[in-house]
Amino acid sequence: MVHIENLNFGYTGQEILSIPRIEIREGQHMMILGNSGSGKTTLLHILGGLLKPKEGKVTIDGIDLYKQSATARDKYRGRSIGLVFQKPHLISALTVQGNLLLAQYLSGMAQDKDRIRAVLSELDLVDKINARVKRLSQGEQQRVTIARALLNKPRVILADEPTASLDDDNSSRVINLLKGQAEKNGASLIIATHDQRVKKEFDLHLDLNES
Amino acid sequence: MTLFSLSWNYIKAKPLNTLLNVLLMSLGIAIILVLLIFSTQLDDKLSNNKKGIDLVVGAKGSPLQLILANVYHIDFPTGNIKLSEARTLTRNRLVKSAIPLALGDNYGGFRIVGTNHDYFNLYQGQIQEGELWQYNLEAVIGSNVAKRLSLKPGDEFFGAHGMSVADLEHDEAVYKVVGVLERGNTVLDNLILTNIESVWQVHEHADEHEQKVLGSAYETGFPEGDENSEITSLLIQYRSPMGAIQMPRMVNANTNMQAASPAFETARLFSLLGIGINMIRSFAYIIIVIAGLSIFISLFNALKDRKYDLAIMRSLGASKIKLFVHVILEGAIITSLGGILGFFFGHALIELLAKYYEKSEEVGITGFTFVTQEVWILLISLGVGILASLLPALNAYKTDISQVLAQE
Repeated sequence: MVHIENLNFGYTGQEILSIPRIEIREGQHMMILGNSGSGKTTLLHILGGLLKPKEGKVTIDGIDLYKQSATARDKYRGRSIGLVFQKPHLISALTVQGNLLLAQYLSGMAQDKDRIRAVLSELDLVDKINARVKRLSQGEQQRVTIARALLNKPRVILADEPTASLDDDNSSRVINLLKGQAEKNGASLIIATHDQRVKKEFDLHLDLNES
Repeated sequence: MTLFSLSWNYIKAKPLNTLLNVLLMSLGIAIILVLLIFSTQLDDKLSNNKKGIDLVVGAKGSPLQLILANVYHIDFPTGNIKLSEARTLTRNRLVKSAIPLALGDNYGGFRIVGTNHDYFNLYQGQIQEGELWQYNLEAVIGSNVAKRLSLKPGDEFFGAHGMSVADLEHDEAVYKVVGVLERGNTVLDNLILTNIESVWQVHEHADEHEQKVLGSAYETGFPEGDENSEITSLLIQYRSPMGAIQMPRMVNANTNMQAASPAFETARLFSLLGIGINMIRSFAYIIIVIAGLSIFISLFNALKDRKYDLAIMRSLGASKIKLFVHVILEGAIITSLGGILGFFFGHALIELLAKYYEKSEEVGITGFTFVTQEVWILLISLGVGILASLLPALNAYKTDISQVLAQE
């Protein structure tokens, strides 16, 4: 599913991180561990097609991400990669439904309100469908971003410390939710976290502190 | 969800800011439109009313006054000229036609003009009711006169001396309305037409004629009169362009009359008025520039907070071009709204002013008319929006998603 080869990338200046080879097969999930500043975010951005690496190859579903044109890569990301960030960043000018419609529109998918309703009900958010995102709690907002990441039935979900701003209880709930939803949608979850408690739930581990 | 509705949602999220920008824009557009419509209509009126008149000959005085009094009927006449001298002048081979006018009286503020049917034909007048005048003291009234004074064929009235309402009435001779003209948006709308002899008769305080006297030249040419008879002016049409070169000089040098060209005098008047109009117009353009600047500043400031939004949109699959268009659209929507609002403001304002000032209604100024240049004004407002959002849009285009997302 996700294939990384001879990846070399620099971040915060000159430091170089290299990953010779990682293979994530269909249905497998990976956890990226590392202290802050160890390059977790940079690696996720490379995997998400947001940042071109210095060297190396990232293949998702047989498609070499950085061989594509920038616009094609944007489109591919919109359709096949779901992203969840540290802070639940939503477009505050829009409602919950507006945010999800936007995700469908920008990725070039059909705007399907039934699909939106289905995903929201999976995440217990149906009653907030027409709410302004500013009115939601942090936890609810984070769940909306998860809904947004799942909406287009992506092949890969990349989550960058999605629980950083949540308390412990909510943290493990969100991670379990992400994993459960990924499995339901047949997607691979790649998550960067420092939460050791969920370590055993993941098949693959990448510890950036060691390399 | 479309790019348009996305931009629209951003606009809606800042209602006060949007209101300010839209109002600024609409104010500038409205002022420009008011000037445009007003000066176009005034220009139309002025040129409509001087059509077919190459030269006005009257008593010596200010040439502009001569034109204003005898062509547009808004100033006082310069004085009178001898009928015999006028008659001599028309024998010149350069004169194709000449229409005599005798002014001096009014009824209810509307001028009584002694003339012949040529004058009516000059403006392609149409009879709405009744018939044209033939006998002395028969009067044909313009549509505005009929409306304001509620006169209809068969009604009678006394003329008053002078050009304004409160003057002394001539209660010896009574005019009888025989016809009402259709509205033609010319000076005829505000005039009372009769024979020149009627005007003389009222002024000479002659013996009361009980019987009707047929005018001696009601259709064309000059009335008979005696050696003391006077008229106010002559409206002359040249036979050839040579007339324009020779006639004015000839009249001004060889007679004690004066000749003035309506084309020249109105151009002179407009160049004087033009300074004022240009100043107000520049002021309106300054307002539009400020509106553009204000939109630029608010977009530019908002963009700092929106960097993350834009990065998120990119991460959701939006191309750089899409974000560029998204920001441009936002500016363009605001200025277009301003343009459309200004369009309504401008027309409403003209109509309001026209209703408020009776004089402008008489001249025929209205807000329910459209000038082709208005399309340009609306295009300009769209252009201002695009221009104002160009730099912010370029910034949006260049957003480095990875960097913005990592900055948190």
